[in-house]
Amino acid sequence: MVELNSLLQGFAVVLTPMNIGLMFVGITLGVLIGVLPGLGGANGVAILLPLTFTMSPTSAIVMLSCIYWGALFGGAITSILFNIPGEPWSVATTFDGYPLAQKGQAGQALTAAFTSSFIGALVAVLMITFLAPMVAKFALRFGAPEFFAVYLLTFCSFVGMGKGSPFKILVSMALGFALAAVGMDTVTGQLRMTFGQTELMRGFDFLIAVIGLFGIGEILLSMEEGLAFSGKAARINPKVVWETWKLLPKYWVTSVRSSLVGIWMGITPGGATPASFMSYGLAKKMSRNGAKFGTGELEGVVAPETAAHAAGTSALLPMLALGIPGSPTAAVLLGGLLIWGLQPGPLLFVEQKDFVWGLIASMYLGNIAGLIVVLTTVPLFASILRIPFSIIAPVIIVICAIGAYTVHSAMLDVWFMLGFGVLGYLFKKLDYPLAPLVLALVLGDKAEDSFRQSMLVSQGDVMIMWSNPLVGSITTLALVLLLWPLISKLLGVIRRPKKVDPILAEQPVD
Amino acid sequence: MQEAPTESGVPQRVLARNCTVDAVVAAVLFVVGAVVVVQARALGAGWTSDGPGSGYFPFYIGLILCVASAGIAYQAVMSRKRDTRAFVDREQFVRVLSVFVPAIFYVLAIAFVGIYVASAIYIAVFMIVLGKYPAWKAVLIGVLVSAAFFAMFEVWFKVPLYKGTLDPLAFLGY
Repeated sequence: MVELNSLLQGFAVVLTPMNIGLMFVGITLGVLIGVLPGLGGANGVAILLPLTFTMSPTSAIVMLSCIYWGALFGGAITSILFNIPGEPWSVATTFDGYPLAQKGQAGQALTAAFTSSFIGALVAVLMITFLAPMVAKFALRFGAPEFFAVYLLTFCSFVGMGKGSPFKILVSMALGFALAAVGMDTVTGQLRMTFGQTELMRGFDFLIAVIGLFGIGEILLSMEEGLAFSGKAARINPKVVWETWKLLPKYWVTSVRSSLVGIWMGITPGGATPASFMSYGLAKKMSRNGAKFGTGELEGVVAPETAAHAAGTSALLPMLALGIPGSPTAAVLLGGLLIWGLQPGPLLFVEQKDFVWGLIASMYLGNIAGLIVVLTTVPLFASILRIPFSIIAPVIIVICAIGAYTVHSAMLDVWFMLGFGVLGYLFKKLDYPLAPLVLALVLGDKAEDSFRQSMLVSQGDVMIMWSNPLVGSITTLALVLLLWPLISKLLGVIRRPKKVDPILAEQPVD
Repeated sequence: MQEAPTESGVPQRVLARNCTVDAVVAAVLFVVGAVVVVQARALGAGWTSDGPGSGYFPFYIGLILCVASAGIAYQAVMSRKRDTRAFVDREQFVRVLSVFVPAIFYVLAIAFVGIYVASAIYIAVFMIVLGKYPAWKAVLIGVLVSAAFFAMFEVWFKVPLYKGTLDPLAFLGY
């Protein structure tokens, strides 16, 4: 029950008028980001990060995490009303959400989406509250080899659980590590791969990469289709909300299952997108109304939204407890912590109690605030999407440029942002996943440090990765995941090849 | 990913196919990987007197990059299941360039006249040329958006943005 005490203390830290105000500002900005094409959770938080430099770390993280919740909520609005997923994780929401809107039940669909998002997040936060301190305590015993093994597991699970070509996942990852290596070597102080350019000494900041890859890349991609939105109108009044809430308890099995799927996929770096698809697929298979999925079933909205929000929230657990983010957005939040001088990882729970529990408390409050904001302001945000793309597009590019500049106050970064934009466009079109690149760029130095420390301890003997049962089992699991594409191919040869679910085939490579 | 002729009904000339672009990108990535390997070797990819050298870790990263991109290139060129769908057709490519090329000039303009002035011009020009808006409307929106950013960054959050080498807004005193 130590956790409950700490949590109450956390509420005391967060519940100041200033922080509550920031919470609502954050949620509103977040929904806006989630609704606009080209701005998403990861690059939205990256762009707004510099604005928080002058705040106290607790206020800053409250606002940033609320932006993240807002973006998670916002993705559903565009999927249901416009059939355009604002975020990759809301693709699955369009399957039943848009048909519902076409039938004139947009209000119901939105209420169901927001409420199940809220429930998914709540379950995940409850899990974080009790599990994160335990994981952190356990991880206090970790040495360099254990940490490297966990890093290895993180990256190998991209290969094992990702969709698409394993080669492309590997390339994306290796490119991230290579970019991370540019600049000053933290151990020997040597300059690496700067080609004599002093500007490159700083290296590539992952915030720039995130803004370019997800922001500019996305704008180029949406421009290709020559966007013309045609949306359904939505009115949400208290009566619709109440009527829908009376229906939702029927789907409690789906909610529980989707929350669990989401939590699992969030902690392992599977991410929100696969979680939403997996949960939709499972609900379709297991529900009595499964055959009607895709024609406007409320359950088909509940399943992916619950899972996506649960995954998005649980991605913060490894970030807080181990210092290893489970998603690009969690990685950006981790970058924020580093900038404020907080070292995420097991020690955070010992040294920065107020901060950690303040953050966890703000997850509870932020999601409540989010639910209130989205239920009351949907028409407003839907009208934003009616602003023509020829105004939205240049404004978003301006926002990205400002965001890229403010990270280091360097003009060169704005050029890098354009470069990453082209890379993001090419990679998205060719089905390269972007998340491994971002995570490798963030974790590159740390992964390398723990690798070199392990090698120093063992004098270059790789067998240190199996020196005790703990590190050995993590490493073995990582290697199994790394080789999973081969293993599953072999299994496929032995057994009959199974049919690919047409829904899962639509899942974007994220 | 759509087939080329669906949108306007008129078949569009396909500029590139997925497998071609895939192979080219993989080739570039292979070169990047090779550069990393060479650089890492120059830094010392082996064991120095006090532990692994600076190039120890990047060497293997470069190696992974090379091997994996070679794999992609092989799949793109040799595989029977290669993806010959259109990567981009002419119309799409023009649309993408119509956003990207002005963006390059925009960033170039920032270097001289600063973010605020460049943004106002960029938004206005974009609206007039691509959005076919009347000039007064476009200029008004461009100036308003820039002014809003100015108020937000310089006044409210006190984060100074780049004013450019010519600094045309120096008279404002920020």
